[in-house]
Amino acid sequence: MSSSGHMIDHPGPVSWSEAARREIDAIFAKYPDTKSATLPIIWLAVREFGWISPQVEVILGEVLKRPLNEIHSVVTFYTMFPQGPLGRHHIQICRNIACWLANAPELMEHLVAKLGIRPGEVSADGRFSLEEVECLAYCECAPALRIDGRYEGNLTREKIDRIVEEAR
Amino acid sequence: MLKLVTKNIGIENSHTLAVAKANGGYSRVEKALALAPEAIVEDVIKSNLRGLGGAGFPAGRKWSFLPKDSPKPRYLVVNGDEGEPGTVKDKYIMIYDPHLLIEGIIITCFAIRSHKAFIYIRGEYDLPIARVEGAIAEAKAAGILGDRVLGHDFALDIVVHRGAGAYICGEETSLLESLEGKRGWPRLKPPFPAVEGYQRCPTVVNNIETLSYVPFVIEMGGQAFADLGSERNGGLRIYSVSGRVNKPGVYELPMGTPLRQIIYEHAGGISGGRQLKAVIPGGSSAPILTAAEIDVPMDFDSLAKIGSMLGSAGIVVFDESVSIPAALLVLARFYAHESCGQCTPCREGTAWMTKIIQRILDGDGRMGDADNLIRIAKNVLGNTICPLGDAAALPVISWVTKFRPEFEEWIKRGRPVGQAPIPVTHIGERTAVAV
Repeated sequence: MSSSGHMIDHPGPVSWSEAARREIDAIFAKYPDTKSATLPIIWLAVREFGWISPQVEVILGEVLKRPLNEIHSVVTFYTMFPQGPLGRHHIQICRNIACWLANAPELMEHLVAKLGIRPGEVSADGRFSLEEVECLAYCECAPALRIDGRYEGNLTREKIDRIVEEAR
Repeated sequence: MLKLVTKNIGIENSHTLAVAKANGGYSRVEKALALAPEAIVEDVIKSNLRGLGGAGFPAGRKWSFLPKDSPKPRYLVVNGDEGEPGTVKDKYIMIYDPHLLIEGIIITCFAIRSHKAFIYIRGEYDLPIARVEGAIAEAKAAGILGDRVLGHDFALDIVVHRGAGAYICGEETSLLESLEGKRGWPRLKPPFPAVEGYQRCPTVVNNIETLSYVPFVIEMGGQAFADLGSERNGGLRIYSVSGRVNKPGVYELPMGTPLRQIIYEHAGGISGGRQLKAVIPGGSSAPILTAAEIDVPMDFDSLAKIGSMLGSAGIVVFDESVSIPAALLVLARFYAHESCGQCTPCREGTAWMTKIIQRILDGDGRMGDADNLIRIAKNVLGNTICPLGDAAALPVISWVTKFRPEFEEWIKRGRPVGQAPIPVTHIGERTAVAV
């Protein structure tokens, strides 16, 4: 949800765990140069710290030996690198053509009413965050969403209710 | 009916090495590694295997462009960034037959003398990524990948690279920039990737589906593969069908299968007993076809002849109840969202087109707006570094031209007094309005 604007700080200093440092070495070994390891190491930082804050950008710059402005430029280009905390369950609902033809806008409204949050927001209890996304490439099972790294298709109001209940 | 890259779908645990091998997996590698690399390239040229990511460039010819005398390493970069709206095919190969993909990569790398391949997979594809990574690990453990591929004097390493949410990275030079750890801004061509690609080294970029057909070219021979398709369009391909049909899904059929047959026989016809209105034949970037234009063979050359594109073969079907201006807003908004911002005509043009379509739907359209849309689209067309500009312009030009009365009807109607404009997220309601 990089489109939502400014970055949010972590509450305190951040540093790589020992396991993360070992994984960073393993990532570097896969590529002929260090720069190519940028996306995989940002992904690792998302797993470690939940989102990319200004502090995380600093330690990314340190391991990748790249200036901060380059790190920031890359982080903000890609929509999947969050720049603020997400809910424990992050829901991405597709708004592109096949899902739109299958009534996705109405399901989006249903989800907004059910969760009490708009796209780009996190619920007060921190359980859910919602994002409206472009084509997820699940058109054959439209309308579709992605939650916690898995796809759910052929959505109906009832199916959305079930998915949300199971995630709570 | 003959199936190739989808033939193992439905077999239990088809993604595992044991099941893949029991169903012919890696049987073509031995045959290929006994051939001269140039002989493989020749046979793939003869097969008429085209680039199935969407550009349709003959795969073997692309390989033949690699410089013969470069001292630099050569790379194969596999495009699994599947993001063209309406296209869902590569996912099936990665999930259900990742070893077929690896087999195609081994044969291709041997043919182009490359020892390192990267598979760039879109960031949302957790399961495909897990399946491909699992298959690579299994293949390494079995000596299929590594310093000596199946005991031969040929080394190959494959690395999976996860994307992070950017449609533009499906464009090959943008993908290379992204792989190099940068923003996915497309590069000017030439130099083409074959000469200066990843790390400025000779690089072949091919789509997942394209490479998955390579083992079958080796198995049956280039001529036999070519004979399965239509003229200059070899073999089969996967057609993704979505929208208002009874049986949306993926259908592997010969190149050149008539569009009408795919919609009415394979995909079960139009849903809800309605009439066909229009079809996108090859992903959202392909110019739209009216119901009168569907007796066309689905191959690259036949669709180009009628002013559209086979592209990724992502077929999206619209029935008579769909409002064309409302549907076009969905696509215009998509291209505006995904424009990388590098070229002014695309960055500005996609936003302007979206605004104009939005105001038409809000009832605030102006009489010249249909012409405005076409004029802006033509100023984007051909004036950008990469094809995203064209991809955004072509639908606008074809949709407004072919369904002009519908746009003008909206403009004339205006907004009834006291009625609020329709926000973008509500446009789905308009699908029920026959205009």
